Amino acid sequence: MTVSLPDGLVAVVKRDCPTCRLVAPVLADLRSRSLPLTIYSQDDPTFPDGLEPVDDTALDVSFALDVDTVPTLLRVEDGHETARLVGWSREQWAPFTGVAELGAGLPPHRPGCGSRTHDPDLAAARAAAADGARLASRRVELGPSEDDAEAMFERGWTDGLPVVPPTPERVARLLAGTTRDPDEIVAVVPPDLVPCTVEKVAVNAVMAGCRPDYLPVVLAAVEAACTDEFNIHGLLATTWFSGPLVIVNGPLARAIGMNDGINALGQGNRANATIGRALQLVVRNVGGGRPGGVDRATLGQPGKYTFCFAEREHDSPWEPLHVTRGLPASSSAVTLFAAEGPRGIIDQLSRDAESLANTFAACLRATTHPKLALAFDAVLVVSPEHGRVFREAGWSKAQLLEELDARLQLPGAELVRGAGGIAEGLPDAVQDLTLPKFRDGGLLIVHAGGGAGLFSAIIGGWASGAGGSAPVTKEIGS
Amino acid sequence: MSDPRVVLDPTGERQAPVRERTPRPATLDGAAVGLLDITKARGDVFLDRLEEQLRDRGAKVLRFAKPTFTKVAPIDLRREIAEQCDVVIEALAD
Repeated sequence: MTVSLPDGLVAVVKRDCPTCRLVAPVLADLRSRSLPLTIYSQDDPTFPDGLEPVDDTALDVSFALDVDTVPTLLRVEDGHETARLVGWSREQWAPFTGVAELGAGLPPHRPGCGSRTHDPDLAAARAAAADGARLASRRVELGPSEDDAEAMFERGWTDGLPVVPPTPERVARLLAGTTRDPDEIVAVVPPDLVPCTVEKVAVNAVMAGCRPDYLPVVLAAVEAACTDEFNIHGLLATTWFSGPLVIVNGPLARAIGMNDGINALGQGNRANATIGRALQLVVRNVGGGRPGGVDRATLGQPGKYTFCFAEREHDSPWEPLHVTRGLPASSSAVTLFAAEGPRGIIDQLSRDAESLANTFAACLRATTHPKLALAFDAVLVVSPEHGRVFREAGWSKAQLLEELDARLQLPGAELVRGAGGIAEGLPDAVQDLTLPKFRDGGLLIVHAGGGAGLFSAIIGGWASGAGGSAPVTKEIGS
Repeated sequence: MSDPRVVLDPTGERQAPVRERTPRPATLDGAAVGLLDITKARGDVFLDRLEEQLRDRGAKVLRFAKPTFTKVAPIDLRREIAEQCDVVIEALAD
């Protein structure tokens, strides 16, 4: 930025600086001699009192002049700086101004103070404003009588809870959380099939309440959700309960403070809450998917506001989910799952793995309906106290999956329509078959939760596999 | 700093294109009517009955099905329907 400077003497001061206050009488003296003098004040537009300073609280002039110290005194000729002093020194100021007796009552010299341009918060804010000005999204000016939070509701941009207004500065600060270019396309977001930039994800992540270090997780979640395998379009449109669950694995989960312990699936952790919410806001705002529009859920479920947690890896009896799904343990990843709400499993008496597996199988069978098989995936969230039973028995995750599969081979005679006095069920053709409850790879196991409680959870899915949604794991980039 | 009362549009910033509706046919006599089964359970029962009634009224009926109800119809299927049919009826019911 360039500024046009008036010829003569130019002083840059701030009231907060003792040296500036010390030289205020000197500036008054110069002014009284009718010397051409312009004073810019960095912090208080009335300082020095009575000398009609120019307001530079926005620091445009100070930045343009690269002011390092206040007071700074310049000589300007033909609009250009020709000489500069910093701090107070009678020995220097007297010849500079041509007033020999200048500051007669003052100490001979005093060092100045740091310019406000060095205030780190201010520098960051200015950088954010400059970055914000470069962003491509349409600017929406809020009316003078509008409340910011109400304005977000009125424009249809929220999920029903208040959002953080996405000012250009906030979005620019959030974008510092990724090395990716703001205009890079992350994914084509259904249902409107809109190419979504990193910037648009950041706008919605700001609204959700994200910190910059969450942004790479949100970006990975958006990418994973918008794959053909995950099928967020169908997931959105279905009358079923489900919405996208984000399970986060790897060192990044802890680095950004995610909760994998007490109340892992619940409220109270900013990263868990806002990452899941940001994904849903992207679908709503960028993709255009809204309840009553393309979202036709009969009942929905509260996890459609946000559903995101981390796996408790540090004391898990098993390898983490992203490793099971083929990524190295050192990587961080999101796994997207088309999730119903969680339902509890209670077993406070089983002390051996076989008994606890029997409990899990009995409860898993009821997922969606005890008489339906192969149609829905599920996530089994095993708590530490239940996990300990399998660790002590030496059961690997693969072994537990095998044991559950063995217990979930369902006789067709129990599944057909009418069996058990229940009309719901599978066609008669399966009468003599045995069907597994879950398709191969359709049951995921993760370890999470607080250290006390012999409870685990089942998170049911939606139409599974190629005909619906398959879980998608994606490594989190920078 | 820019005006704090300015926010960035979080939407896709798209305007829905306005398309003219295809004129309604005055009669189904001799019209090619497409019946699209989205493969929801028992949608075929509904469409079978519709087919009977349409044939009775002199319509030519063509049957189509989506590979899965969970995903939008493939573009080739949509084109095929558009080329072969004067009208289309889609069965959404469970």
